[in-house]
Amino acid sequence: MEHITLLIGIVIVTALVFDFTNGFHDTANAMATTISTGALGPRIAVAMSAVLNLVGAFLSVEVAKTISGGIIDEDAGVRPEVIFAGLVGAILWNLLTWLAGLPSSSSHALFGGLIGATLVSVGMDGVNSDKIVMKVLIPAVAAPIVAGVAALVATRLTYRLARGRDPQDTAKGYRAGQIASAALVSLAHGTNDAQKTMGVITLALITGGVIAPDSDPPLWVIVSAGLAIALGTYLGGWRIIRTMGKGITDIQPPQGFAAQTGAATVILASSHIGFALSTTQVCSGSVMGAGVGRKGGVVRWSTAGRMVLAWVLTLPAAGLVAGGAALLADQGDWGVTAVAVLAVAACAGIWAASRRKPVDHTNVNDIDEAAALPAEPVGVVTAALQSVAPPPARAATASSSATPAGASAATGSTS
Amino acid sequence: MSIDWAALGQVSGISLLVTVGFVGVFTLGILGTSRKPQQAEAGTDTAATASTASAPAGGAFGPARAGAYLCFALCAAVVAYGINLIVA
Repeated sequence: MEHITLLIGIVIVTALVFDFTNGFHDTANAMATTISTGALGPRIAVAMSAVLNLVGAFLSVEVAKTISGGIIDEDAGVRPEVIFAGLVGAILWNLLTWLAGLPSSSSHALFGGLIGATLVSVGMDGVNSDKIVMKVLIPAVAAPIVAGVAALVATRLTYRLARGRDPQDTAKGYRAGQIASAALVSLAHGTNDAQKTMGVITLALITGGVIAPDSDPPLWVIVSAGLAIALGTYLGGWRIIRTMGKGITDIQPPQGFAAQTGAATVILASSHIGFALSTTQVCSGSVMGAGVGRKGGVVRWSTAGRMVLAWVLTLPAAGLVAGGAALLADQGDWGVTAVAVLAVAACAGIWAASRRKPVDHTNVNDIDEAAALPAEPVGVVTAALQSVAPPPARAATASSSATPAGASAATGSTS
Repeated sequence: MSIDWAALGQVSGISLLVTVGFVGVFTLGILGTSRKPQQAEAGTDTAATASTASAPAGGAFGPARAGAYLCFALCAAVVAYGINLIVA
């Protein structure tokens, strides 16, 4: 690594920050249902996910190699400023959705940011619109639906096969299976998402002329990207974990197992084909499917709808922020500085807002507490949080709906 | 702009089949290793209670248990293949 300019240095740091928010945001994918079904304790779950993400980062560099030449045309004059602006857009959107507890796609935030920044500063030529549609938009719609249907059918099947058995007796087996599927999701997440950051850093190094075009990511890039995503995962985006594990539907061990298996399968199958899939959307889709699949299961469609809205907004919103940042960063050194200062200020603001009602590993599974504390004046953020956290009445319905399986066990034995 | 329907269909079909198959086989494994309510509660007055947790521990044995282990082995093989896909 020779002649890394200050600008490239800033881009690398920003990319690592994005990587961190990515891990932070996406802990929920692998671990939300694992935590809510009690298969693993919250701390152990995030630690396991972090380690697997780190391991995953070292397994392959295929995705990293395709990202630079894929969606953004690197020959069309993409400069480090543009990548910087794109990353800022992605980070801010990630933090905002985290504050609202919405599981949106970190990958789409990244793509949206890069596309928006490129459009503003290079123009339409810089973006491969064909590839965006085929590799990003279509999988974005298809993958959650496929995962949802798969989880739905699998949930139906497993409840049908296991009817007449005591749920307490089978729960252990389901939990073990779920841990295995969740581990697979974490591993796949590490290979996919850590590599996206590696790809971006490599792209920045190439555009800055530090390394030759088409070269593999240097080792220090792989190590730092892996560490950043693992650290983010370990700290855990508890707000999003709560939404996915408890907010969308009440997950029982068989559902958790079916959902996680469906997610792992879709992720592996589509990344094998080469779709830039969103782990988040796949996992949310399969959780919804599992919720529909259980008799008496309740899917909170209002929460699900808000989540889908966030998915639709992710690409344009991150793109818009990034576009604005690109406009400013294009003004020269002071522009880049202004973007950096504004970004840090915005991050600090969002973090401060999150402290008003912290969600961490101690209260990640109790949904009642958050809804029962309307102590402070209801601002926009608090209102959003309260609507994301479901009312306590739902919890009662859920525990009563867990009984049919047990009841059928009793009837089966008397006949 | 061309939409690669074949790839999409392939991913969807394979995902659906593998998920349902995996969950099905794993459930069979769980069934093989967990107690059947009929056996566990036979001749006891507590048959009507929903929980069998207090029933005498016995569990399935013989062919059921062997079959269950076969199911789990099959699942482990699928997971190994999955890891292989990630690495490759």
